[in-house]
Amino acid sequence: MDINRREFFKFCGVGIAASSLAALGMAPEPAFAESARHFKLANTKESRNTCPYCSVGCGLIMYSRGSGGKNVSQEIFHIEGDADHPVNRGTLCPKGAGLIDFIRSPNRLQYPQVREAGSNEWKRLSWDDALTRITRLMKDDRDANFIEKNDAGQTVNRWLTTGFLAASAASSEAGYMTHKVVRSLGILGFDNQARV
Amino acid sequence: MTNHWSDIKNANLVLVMGGNAAEAHPCGFKWVTEAKAHNQAKLLVVDPRFTRTASLADVYAPIRTGTDIAFLGGLIRYLLETDQIQHEYVRNYTDMPFIVKENFSFADGLFNGYDADSRSYPDKSDWDYELDENGHAKIDMTLKHPRCVYQLLKKHYSRYTPEMVSGICGTPLKRMMQIWDHIAETAVPGKTMTILYALGWTQHSVGSQMIRAGAMLQLLLGNIGMPGGGVNALRGHSNIQGLTDLGLLSNLLPGYLTLPRDNEQDYDAYIAKRAPQALRPGQMSYWQHYGRFHVSLMKAWYGDAVTEENNWGYDWLPKLDEPMYDVLKYFDMMYEGKVNGYFCQGFNPIAAFPNKAKVGAGLARLKYLVIMDPLVTETSEFWKHVDEYNDVDTASIQTTVFRLPTTCFAEEDGSLVNSSRWLQWHWKGGEPPGEARTDVAIMGGLFHRLRALYKSEGGAFPDPIMNLDWSYLRPDEPAPEEIAKEYNGKALVDLKDPKTGELLLRAGQQLAGFSQLRDDGSTSSGCWLFCGSWTEAGNQMARRDNSDPYDMGQTLGWAWSWPANRRILYNRASADPSGKPWNDKDKRLVWWDGSKWTGTDVPDFAVTSAPEDKMNPFIMNPEGVARFFARGNMAEGPFPEHYEPFETPISRNPLHPDSPGVTSNPAARVFRNDMQVFGTADEFPYAATTYRLTEHFHFWTKHSRINAIMQPQQFVELGAVMAGELGIKAGDRVRVSSNRGYIEAVAVVTKRLRPLMVDGKIVHHVGIPLHWGFVGVAKNGYLTNTLTPFVGDGNTHTPEYKSFLVNVERV
Amino acid sequence: MATQDIIARSATTTASPSVRQLDEVAKLIDTTLCIGCKACQVACSEWNDLRDEVGSNVGVYDNPSDLTAESWTVMRFAEHETTDEDLEWLIRKDGCMHCEDPGCLKACPSPGAIIKYANGIVDFNQDHCIGCGYCITGCPFDVPRISKKDNKAYKCTLCSDRVAVGLEPACVKVCPTGAIVFGTKQDMKDHADWRIADLNRRGFDNAGLYDPQGVGGTHVMYVLHHADKAGLYSGLPQNPTISPMVGVWKGVAKPLAMMAVAATVLTGFFHYVRVGPNRVEDDEETHAPLASVEHYDPAERRDPRAEGERHE
Repeated sequence: MDINRREFFKFCGVGIAASSLAALGMAPEPAFAESARHFKLANTKESRNTCPYCSVGCGLIMYSRGSGGKNVSQEIFHIEGDADHPVNRGTLCPKGAGLIDFIRSPNRLQYPQVREAGSNEWKRLSWDDALTRITRLMKDDRDANFIEKNDAGQTVNRWLTTGFLAASAASSEAGYMTHKVVRSLGILGFDNQARV
Repeated sequence: MTNHWSDIKNANLVLVMGGNAAEAHPCGFKWVTEAKAHNQAKLLVVDPRFTRTASLADVYAPIRTGTDIAFLGGLIRYLLETDQIQHEYVRNYTDMPFIVKENFSFADGLFNGYDADSRSYPDKSDWDYELDENGHAKIDMTLKHPRCVYQLLKKHYSRYTPEMVSGICGTPLKRMMQIWDHIAETAVPGKTMTILYALGWTQHSVGSQMIRAGAMLQLLLGNIGMPGGGVNALRGHSNIQGLTDLGLLSNLLPGYLTLPRDNEQDYDAYIAKRAPQALRPGQMSYWQHYGRFHVSLMKAWYGDAVTEENNWGYDWLPKLDEPMYDVLKYFDMMYEGKVNGYFCQGFNPIAAFPNKAKVGAGLARLKYLVIMDPLVTETSEFWKHVDEYNDVDTASIQTTVFRLPTTCFAEEDGSLVNSSRWLQWHWKGGEPPGEARTDVAIMGGLFHRLRALYKSEGGAFPDPIMNLDWSYLRPDEPAPEEIAKEYNGKALVDLKDPKTGELLLRAGQQLAGFSQLRDDGSTSSGCWLFCGSWTEAGNQMARRDNSDPYDMGQTLGWAWSWPANRRILYNRASADPSGKPWNDKDKRLVWWDGSKWTGTDVPDFAVTSAPEDKMNPFIMNPEGVARFFARGNMAEGPFPEHYEPFETPISRNPLHPDSPGVTSNPAARVFRNDMQVFGTADEFPYAATTYRLTEHFHFWTKHSRINAIMQPQQFVELGAVMAGELGIKAGDRVRVSSNRGYIEAVAVVTKRLRPLMVDGKIVHHVGIPLHWGFVGVAKNGYLTNTLTPFVGDGNTHTPEYKSFLVNVERV
Repeated sequence: MATQDIIARSATTTASPSVRQLDEVAKLIDTTLCIGCKACQVACSEWNDLRDEVGSNVGVYDNPSDLTAESWTVMRFAEHETTDEDLEWLIRKDGCMHCEDPGCLKACPSPGAIIKYANGIVDFNQDHCIGCGYCITGCPFDVPRISKKDNKAYKCTLCSDRVAVGLEPACVKVCPTGAIVFGTKQDMKDHADWRIADLNRRGFDNAGLYDPQGVGGTHVMYVLHHADKAGLYSGLPQNPTISPMVGVWKGVAKPLAMMAVAATVLTGFFHYVRVGPNRVEDDEETHAPLASVEHYDPAERRDPRAEGERHE
């Protein structure tokens, strides 16, 4: 042990200043069985879900606050891997493990908005106004540019001047519904993330 | 994936090439570590970068980006020359004995029939088998016929000598041979290698052919249909498999049915062309049932409005004058001012598509843009000036942009299809923020209003809109359960067994599987591949029995897998021609028990077809066997040939050094505007490649604080040797430029990128991760796709994000 | 706390309960299976409700670039060239080792601020922490960090809250490749033996278990490909021991200090009731320089570039 006298006293000095009064029985409640932290999932609602990122399709358990009763807003506050899932067996990657910050991102969109031509800002509008304005634009464009027959006189029934880029993480039900609507309009400029 | 995630544990050898599974799919990659731990499997990694996957490899080999066909072609040659192939498998289960037409030829980098003006092969009729008088393909089981596929294949790859391959790929010869020898060991029947690949194979101008080359390798080794084998596309997004299965692509309908072209005016001919008869005696040729799938789809969409009389609504389907309006084609049209409206549903094209400047210019020429997304995206704010990251003139952009907030996974019920083809149901766990709505509600809301407008005002061809079946309980927001039942399908009348007359289902009952589909309008099914997912027994996608009685990892009671809950495709090939597993010890999948096929998986086969019937395992192909020779199905030719990336650091194709026309893929589509902005090696000397990091998911997680902490700021990776030459140190700020723009980022200097000796010169790689942009909680950065070229694969038009040229300077 | 009785407590002279026979637990980190994905970092932050600053990239993959009071575990990446052609990317999850003989606990002057449970977990109780930084001096692995927000020391708790209810720590559950496993210490040693046999078969002749005896063994252990060269893993000490200063405190200085405390108890008590037990910064004597403590500045982050160079 290589300590000189000066260091020795410095050490004692700091020790005193650091107030170890408890050793003399003067600190409040030196409880031996105290718990540093409480388990935070003691009473939560669990929902089963699938990670929305890559296509391994890991099982998730989402924990929401509250009893599920009428007077509680159900808010997810923690997500873990589903140990029963045969692929991920409870594990997650850094993306999946951080899903709570995606759900609660400050950049989640909250309301329909419009940016008018040439403007530098978003303006909030109601769902009804948004959908009504969009369908008007769609119908005017479709009616003006729909091609029933090509130059050779063949029936082609297509609409090329409006296109649709479909999601990659939407549910199959959303995807199916989207396809059903888009094709009924005659859209061919239709693609998804499979390509990129 | 032909196989599935947990099946990887059955592999004896794992080849990760064209992917970075540890980094992009960590929880799937666990099954590689399981195979290593419990199966003593070895892991081989071939990649331009020493990745996190490589950090666990038993053998790692560097390769120049974009040269995988050369590597695999050389390996195919090596296996054929040294005769290390699974002989019985190859002879019986592949097209090796098939005899090809006399006029098929290959010379100077081109197959016969090339037209330079259209950059395509307009006539592929010679790329086919010679048929006998019954319309069956001729074969030579001795494999001696000079025009049998075996001989043609051998001849085609004879040029791919180890020295040539090493010179193209830059892979050191010794290391390359070490990898090849490991792979050759799995030619033994019952020993398997799995291939895991992802965008490192797809995102090239020859991407589809790279994947084919991988599939050919697996066929030579007898690894398709086997547990622990297969060619496994890891896929990038949680439901990109499902959305592809559901046909949300320009030229598809649900279940890989295809839209008609302009010249297909005759309905019967349209169906007949897609329903091929068997090309060999006794083969199943399952696509011959195409008509059943198509009619059932039209019944699901249009209900009573479609009948045999109106050809099941054939005229209501749009017809294509182009092979497809894929995103490159469509954004080129947008750039040319030919598009007025565009919808982005959970998609961020200005970040995701190549050549940001062109994409941004296209969006600025739209009249209206509609964004549906849970998050703020760069695309929704493409008009906003954000420092040097999005240097635009806002006032001059006349596009009206609507931004509609959507729910995310946690706030809705529904199913996702993973890359194992499993349809997994999930449940809502919380309320969405603000006024966010589901995509279904938005599509319902739009359709509703549109139909009302057509009803009140009339307009262009309203028939398909007015007749679309919309009998949902809540027309403004159909329930996920209703939709799922619709794509599964139901009996529209009492269905009887055609042979016995026995009642199978009452009218209105859910179908049990696609074998019940009819082409007479008596069944509906919105996606035949998903038929069986919601039956009279309930929602099969919600099943949660994870038991694995055979310890083969197949878990048949977990969720539901298409097709017909089969977990491994072509699994009949896991047994020898007599019906016994090639390996009865630890590779048992299906077998013939004397009266039927049974096993640890659902047989992907006719269960009562005895081995003596000689039906072959590849039931979707009319020939019943797997193809080395792609016939007319590929744009570039029946065998994969190495072509350089469109921006090549060596400026020539070493296989055809004197033919500049075949330096790069001669059959890839290039738009007029884009040819001019390809860069050359004299100005942009470094081979660049873009990729994802494990800490981030595309452009989403930069909105997630916790992920932003893990990788906060944009960087590029430079090899230590190259950085030394340029005087760049780790942490310096560098500018990376291509002929289309530049980005600036922090330099990560690493020994994991090595200089490669290619075609007599040193090639350095620059690695460019892509997760940053001009919105998010991570630090702002440049969109990486400012740099990438606007050219795609010759078949799928997947952009060449993985191989292009850049210059690098210290800022 | 039925499963984790406290058996040692900082700055406490009375005996701890030691009647119940509890299993010792351990976390085993297999660096040879680790892909450096940082899922453990994320899971740790998520479970413990910690969000560090969004930092900068300083030219390496390590992010955050060092442990902080809000990053209780970080991955450290080191590139190790074995031959001209071969490279190993040695990735080590850094964090508290939960020593059997914890230097931090021995050094801590505040009663009950550091406790050791019978199952081996060493935990900090911030309610009692006075922010003196002795635990850092006492730690042979340079793990604890003082928060700039509340001037208290923080580090990995081995998820004592999860373990108490029968769950594994969050980093263990999340690890995608099975590089982190958890169980009784004996089971973890057995698991390590099995892993080492596999590594030997793959040509890693020096693969071994890191369970350093200089600190009495640890409840977080590593499997290393190169157990003979622990330093390759971003400076993991080959033979860690507790700083001699801590021995002084425990053996000689403490009784002497107690006498001094008795002499100044009224002053101390006055201080206690005036500003509470945890606030020490306005007491000048706390800042008396101590060589082994004063060099520590919580704001100072190690530069991983220098780190990388050191191990090349």
